[in-house]
Amino acid sequence: MNALKIKKGSSRKSAYDLRDPNADIVETHTLAVIVDNEPGVLARVIGLFSGRGYNIDSLTVAEVDHTGHQSRITIVTGGTPAVIEQIKAQLGRIVPVHRVHDLTVEGQSVERELALMKVAGAGEKRVEALRLADIFRANAVDSTLESFVFEITGTPEKIDAFADLMRPLGLVEIARTGVAALSRGAT
Amino acid sequence: MTRQMTGAKMVVQALKDQGVDTVFGYPGGAVLPIYDEIFQQNDIRHVLVRHEQGAVHAAEGYARSTGKPGVVLVTSGPGATNAVTGLTDALLDSIPIVVLTGQVPTFMIGTDGFQEADTVGITRPCTKHNWLVKDTNKLADTIHQAFHVATTGRPGPTLIDIPKDVQFAQGDYTTPQKARTEHYAPTVKGDIDAITQLADMIEKAERPVFYTGGGVINSGTAASQLLREMVEATNFPITSTLMGLGAYPASGKNWLGMLGMHGLYEANMAMHDCDLMINIGARFDDRITGRIDAFSPGSKKAHIDIDPSSINKVIHVDLPIVGDVGHVLEDLLRIWKSRGRKTNTEGLKNWWKQIEAWREVKCLTYKNSTQTIKPQYAVERLEAMTRSMDRYVTTEVGQHQMWAAQFMGFDEPGRWMTSGGLGTMGYGLPASVGVQMAHPDSLVVNVAGEASWLMNMQEMGTAVQFRLPIKQFILNNERLGMVRQWQELLHGERYSHSWSEALPDFVKLAEAFGCKGRVVKDPADLDDAIREMIEYDGPFILDVLVEKHENCFPMIPSGEPHNKMLLGEATTDDAIGASGAVLV
Ligand SMILES: Cc1ncc(C[n+]2csc(CCOP(=O)(O)OP(=O)(O)O)c2C)c(N)n1
Ligand SMILES: [Mg+2]
Repeated sequence: MNALKIKKGSSRKSAYDLRDPNADIVETHTLAVIVDNEPGVLARVIGLFSGRGYNIDSLTVAEVDHTGHQSRITIVTGGTPAVIEQIKAQLGRIVPVHRVHDLTVEGQSVERELALMKVAGAGEKRVEALRLADIFRANAVDSTLESFVFEITGTPEKIDAFADLMRPLGLVEIARTGVAALSRGAT
Repeated sequence: MTRQMTGAKMVVQALKDQGVDTVFGYPGGAVLPIYDEIFQQNDIRHVLVRHEQGAVHAAEGYARSTGKPGVVLVTSGPGATNAVTGLTDALLDSIPIVVLTGQVPTFMIGTDGFQEADTVGITRPCTKHNWLVKDTNKLADTIHQAFHVATTGRPGPTLIDIPKDVQFAQGDYTTPQKARTEHYAPTVKGDIDAITQLADMIEKAERPVFYTGGGVINSGTAASQLLREMVEATNFPITSTLMGLGAYPASGKNWLGMLGMHGLYEANMAMHDCDLMINIGARFDDRITGRIDAFSPGSKKAHIDIDPSSINKVIHVDLPIVGDVGHVLEDLLRIWKSRGRKTNTEGLKNWWKQIEAWREVKCLTYKNSTQTIKPQYAVERLEAMTRSMDRYVTTEVGQHQMWAAQFMGFDEPGRWMTSGGLGTMGYGLPASVGVQMAHPDSLVVNVAGEASWLMNMQEMGTAVQFRLPIKQFILNNERLGMVRQWQELLHGERYSHSWSEALPDFVKLAEAFGCKGRVVKDPADLDDAIREMIEYDGPFILDVLVEKHENCFPMIPSGEPHNKMLLGEATTDDAIGASGAVLV
């Protein structure tokens, strides 16, 4: 009894494909999330991102107010404008979250990341690495006869650029902190 | 003056101070100190369930039928994991419940101790918030916070994990008045400019519709009252989601019936063709919207919701208003009245004419039979014989649930308890236990499918023990009917594992539990059987053997818009497009 006379063997395509193929462009936003520094709070934030399928490009967290026990979580994330709005609203729903700032839209902000890079080499390459480090204002915080560890601070793009230059010169390893960001101006 | 007491005593004291009269629970090693305190007092009734999932659904039933938070007490490990389905159910349906779990002593956490589970980790995504309390001095404060968070803003489940040593240790008791609750304060007042704009839209709309949801009921009885006033004063049509039934009375003349996948034709058509949609406390769930890009294409949409994340999550709206439904409706009514109570009467007249034409389709028509009991007929008779009574209805999940929603009418909020968001089979029986606990003298009926009912049937033991005269109205089609329907429509009639084999004899089962049962097969006997069920002084299982292959209509197939609704035997070739097959 097939009241609806539907053809047998329906295809596996999803109706979600019916959504506008010209979906909005993906934007990158930097969010500062002020939270109570209580156990599990970072797990709540990360769990939200993984559970709802959002991206985390970069994440930093540390207590910034020791007396008030508040931490600042800086998240760089990507999504369509609608998804970014959802991310902010969902973050705001987490009980220990006090405030969510979208530094990308709330006026100008400064962003910095710190990286340590180990570069090994000898001869010309070693000299060239030092010369470039000087141009990028990277400091050698450790050196042996065949290696340096550079410390560099800047925007993620600057760090990417420096890493690209170091790669042919003997880049061994990178450690990056992720982005810390603050809005500009007095408030 | 601070009061010193053990953590276990604190739990009971805090519950009393929160006005709790009933706890649904199940003991075990990690909560024995709390059970010891429960033993030594008489203010709080403890209902011993037969499975922790049952405790949570019972607490949900209690909460939804009283407007007060439901409370659950279970042990660590398996006690906590058994509660997970109920927590998720309460999260999706925004039901305020507070769950207390025992935990291994703090010094054993992380050692894989006996009955240790990472309860806060497991329940983090299925609670509104949860806490592990490691210091007895913070226990009472945390319990009060848990009640505050569960019941304010968009309600939901909270959980407190209490290690056994924290229950034994002494600490200072904090009263509810002193508890730290201030930092969680959701917005309740709506933006006045936006509300004024909505009043303006209401004045101009030619084809308006109120689309209401569970948020109206959660906002409290005042919100339902204001909604009624608003609907009567504007003469706008109103429809509701599964969760919102009863906020506006089904007997009201502006009532279109439920909307959505199995909603009424007139309700869905009104949603599709309206020029102003006023969403009050609903969330554009996919059971409601159908195909997103064809959802109500010509309307301006306003959305009132206390949860900012509900706004623009699925459907882009023109006018968002974040706030509590009751507060916003109060302001809206006041502003709209002060502007002269205007509506577009000419437009409305035509709109109602159109709606009347849709109503004429009589979308719930079904072919009755004198040979077999049609499930729709069974629900119709149940409705006819109980509508005027002081009645509460719970359901399981499946076709029977949709028939109950279509054929039963509710004139008050909090009378209809069903698992909407999660669609949890096994919800109805324990929920009916919770409702009956709260309303001992009312008629409580669980409209069930035989398959769902078996999932938590152990709770009949609870009903018998506590003399709860719950009525189990089982529409027995010997099928996982809703699954069978989808297989018929979408999977070439290949009925893969969708029938109920080796069913128990429900009458003997009732007797085995110590209550009464009856089986009914002949439509001519149905009324008598229902009468016996209602009049019997105790729990009753009525096994209604219904037509096995009935389909539930109307139906908006997955991936289709509202105006592509399927009606009963009115057949359409290729009714469900190939692309809908993947959706659930
Ligand atoms: C816990 C759970 N498992 C599986 C499902 C999927 N499911 C939805 S309805 C249904 C069939 C329910 O059968 P029954 O309770 O007899 O109700 P009927 O549809 O026959 O009225 C199933 C298996 C579910 N909703 N919940
Ligand atoms: Mg069935």
